[in-house]
Amino acid sequence: MQAELISKDGTQEYFVNMGPQHPSTHGVLRLVLTLDGEIIKRVEPHIGYVHRSIEKMAEFDTYKQIIHLTDRMDYLSAHMNNEAVALLVENALEIEVSDRVKVIRTIMSELTRLASHQLWWGVMGMDMGAITTFLYAFRDREMINDIMEETTGARLTMNYNTPGGVMFDLHPNFQKQVKEFIKIFKTKLPEYDELLSGNIIFTERTKGIGKLSLADAISFGVTGPSGRASGFACDVRKTNPYSAYDRVNFTEILLVEGDAYARYKARIFEMWESISIIDQLIDNIPEGVIMAPMKAIVKLPKGEFYQRVETARGELGVFVVSDGNKTPYRVKFRSPGFSNLSVLDHISRGHKIADLVAIMSTLDLVIPDIDR
Amino acid sequence: MNAIYDFSILTGGIHERLSGLMSPTAVMITEMVIIGTLLIVFVALMGLVLVLAERKVAAFFQLRLGPNRVGPWGSLQTLADFLKLLTKELITTKSADKFLYNLAPFIVMLTPFLALGVIPFAPGLQIMDMNIGVFFITAVSSMGVLGILIGGWASNNKYSLIGGMRSAAMVVSYELSVTLAIMTMVIMTESLSLSEIIASQSDGWWIIKGHIPALIAFLLYLTASTAETNRGPFDLAEAESELTAGFHTEYGGIKFAFFFLSEFVNMLVVASIATILFFGGWMPFHLPFEWAVGFNHIMDFIPGIVWGFGKVTFVIFLMMWFRWTFPRLRIDQILNLEWKYLLPMNLVNFLLMALIALSGFYL
Amino acid sequence: MSTIIAYFKGIGQGLNTLWTGMKVTGYYFFHARKEIITMQYPDNRDTLKIPERFRGRVVMLHDQNNEHACNGCTMCEMACPNGSIKIITDKILNPETGKAVRIIDKHIYHFSMCTLCNLCVQACPSNALAMDNSYENSVYDRSELTFVLNQPGSKIRDNVKD
Repeated sequence: MQAELISKDGTQEYFVNMGPQHPSTHGVLRLVLTLDGEIIKRVEPHIGYVHRSIEKMAEFDTYKQIIHLTDRMDYLSAHMNNEAVALLVENALEIEVSDRVKVIRTIMSELTRLASHQLWWGVMGMDMGAITTFLYAFRDREMINDIMEETTGARLTMNYNTPGGVMFDLHPNFQKQVKEFIKIFKTKLPEYDELLSGNIIFTERTKGIGKLSLADAISFGVTGPSGRASGFACDVRKTNPYSAYDRVNFTEILLVEGDAYARYKARIFEMWESISIIDQLIDNIPEGVIMAPMKAIVKLPKGEFYQRVETARGELGVFVVSDGNKTPYRVKFRSPGFSNLSVLDHISRGHKIADLVAIMSTLDLVIPDIDR
Repeated sequence: MNAIYDFSILTGGIHERLSGLMSPTAVMITEMVIIGTLLIVFVALMGLVLVLAERKVAAFFQLRLGPNRVGPWGSLQTLADFLKLLTKELITTKSADKFLYNLAPFIVMLTPFLALGVIPFAPGLQIMDMNIGVFFITAVSSMGVLGILIGGWASNNKYSLIGGMRSAAMVVSYELSVTLAIMTMVIMTESLSLSEIIASQSDGWWIIKGHIPALIAFLLYLTASTAETNRGPFDLAEAESELTAGFHTEYGGIKFAFFFLSEFVNMLVVASIATILFFGGWMPFHLPFEWAVGFNHIMDFIPGIVWGFGKVTFVIFLMMWFRWTFPRLRIDQILNLEWKYLLPMNLVNFLLMALIALSGFYL
Repeated sequence: MSTIIAYFKGIGQGLNTLWTGMKVTGYYFFHARKEIITMQYPDNRDTLKIPERFRGRVVMLHDQNNEHACNGCTMCEMACPNGSIKIITDKILNPETGKAVRIIDKHIYHFSMCTLCNLCVQACPSNALAMDNSYENSVYDRSELTFVLNQPGSKIRDNVKD
């Protein structure tokens, strides 16, 4: 091992452990960097520091109980994770949920997406050294959290979806609050552009950094805004519409550059799209029951089931093998973070340490999502 | 200038009193001890005040309240932090180069002390009026990077080493711009003595009298000196999100406090120099016109020490504003900025200033 | 010549973008009094608004006669994903019918294992359980997080079905 580290001219490679405790890995991700001065020659992600064996635990839980575990995977898009399992059970049992539930789920998903992107934006700024952005992002995110708390009873791990519907009806204040939030946030979002997107230091640091080609994005399975910034049309909301996404107008953000700045821009554009989706739905939430009639004990028929949703980070797939019992035989989550992380080594070679931080934040990794 | 605000009356009085009591050698030693003690107290006090100011300013930029628990408005917060750092165990890491590791904080702390020795804050409030004050400060301020480099190297930590190397590359380049921007102004002032530079602005500050080149020189100096003090957006040596804490990753307790404090005192030093060169130091705001005599006279009634520290505060606020707004630059961009933008512009500006000075086209 | 113009234009545009950012932060600095969003949490406990649906911890609802609605059917115990609920039941003889009736002895709730998923409240057929709005639930010892939900001396309400 030692011999091969020393190259012909007698110099040694410089190994740096970035993580598991490091300010910019946002959790316990460990990256083993091989450096040549400041230049990165290799990045080796070591994962598993927050592995909680959610997939195995899910094998001992009923389908209703699995949902609360998915909260803890990608905690920033908890609602979408919940929705994935709920949709899978509904599709497997061929239960038709009411329109009201569909619209509620869509609005909640988009609010969660907004909250997630806001947090990402703040953290992105912080990784780049502009700490103030973090606080501005949290100011706006707080409003969404308050809305969530009022209706679902929790701010982050909401566990709002159940197979067949949602746990509670909307709070009477919900519509008013959401409209107010949208009104305020429409004035705050341009500030994001003024602070970071246009800033020459920021653009210089992100443009042309970590270029991901379309072919690579497809072969590595990079989904979500990161993949769409490379031109990979992978928005599940468009390709396999679920809930109320087939009845709203929104554009799938597709950029071609594929660099860190494009990934950044894709998320900023997505925030505008989310606002527009909420705008379209908030005024016409149809009446209806919030819970379709379900048996007390949910049993899936024998077979294999797959459900995909678009979380804030990309495509979340839930694969369930059922043997007809009340607990699944095997559950597999295809988490977006894991696939997005796999591309890190490929796109950060030859860049500098500071670029690695920028690339990591534009990939928007959530470590519990990777490890599960 | 109002004579009542002149500190030399006070210092001269003390000198006379002491001379009556003891021999000239003893007087010199006593005065040196007094001045040294006062300087240490001043640096410690300014450090505490500036750290608090930074935290408060940062908090207001970030919609927070900032420290508000210890003392009214959190005024004793930094003192409490300082006491806490003081009581912490001094650790020398196992693989560190012990001598250099312990030496580095002192070198870093030494630089601002030396520089503060020649800076006049108010009329007569100057430890030593060197006739080459500007030159002395330029020479001394490059020593700070030595401490950072030694600290980064001696810690024997990979992050620290990268941080130290970054800092070295950066400060060596930016030293050029700082010096050139200062030299641009020296053309106008025709003196290297800081007190004479201030005296030359008695009819108006150079930033007003010096036309556009003085303004450009101020901007260049502000940028370059921000970089020299390792503050954001040029805080590459520290680069929290990249190198955890850069060169002082392995330092703790009071040794860390030295690094931390030196950043703030350095900021005070560069802000003072900017004030002296461009805003006339403690010189009140004067207009170089015939009809403005009355106005100038009113301005004289505000004490020089208020003018001096007021202007220093303004420059420090500008530097804080930069820090809490901008993202950090990358190492190659920082060097690009220096060698492709600041240095050529500085040279052209220098030439322009020389032409203006030769043609006498200034007020 | 055009490269020189581009050079200065680049500088100008760059400075402009920097100034745009500084304007935003500058606005907030000078309007700090209006814009500050800090909540000084432990001090504002009295004015703190907790939404009524906030899930603090599981409680059993008792009325003024110290009666609850739990008949010990263990639906909540089965619904709980973490095994944080354990019900110890007892049997008493109903004096009127002479039949043995199941009542709860202890409804044990391990708050340390609870993920506040609300499934037990949903599962309860007689609405005996609810989530309260308590916060600041931290304690010094884990054993203090084990609660017995039915109050001492409480009994089941008459109209609750089996």
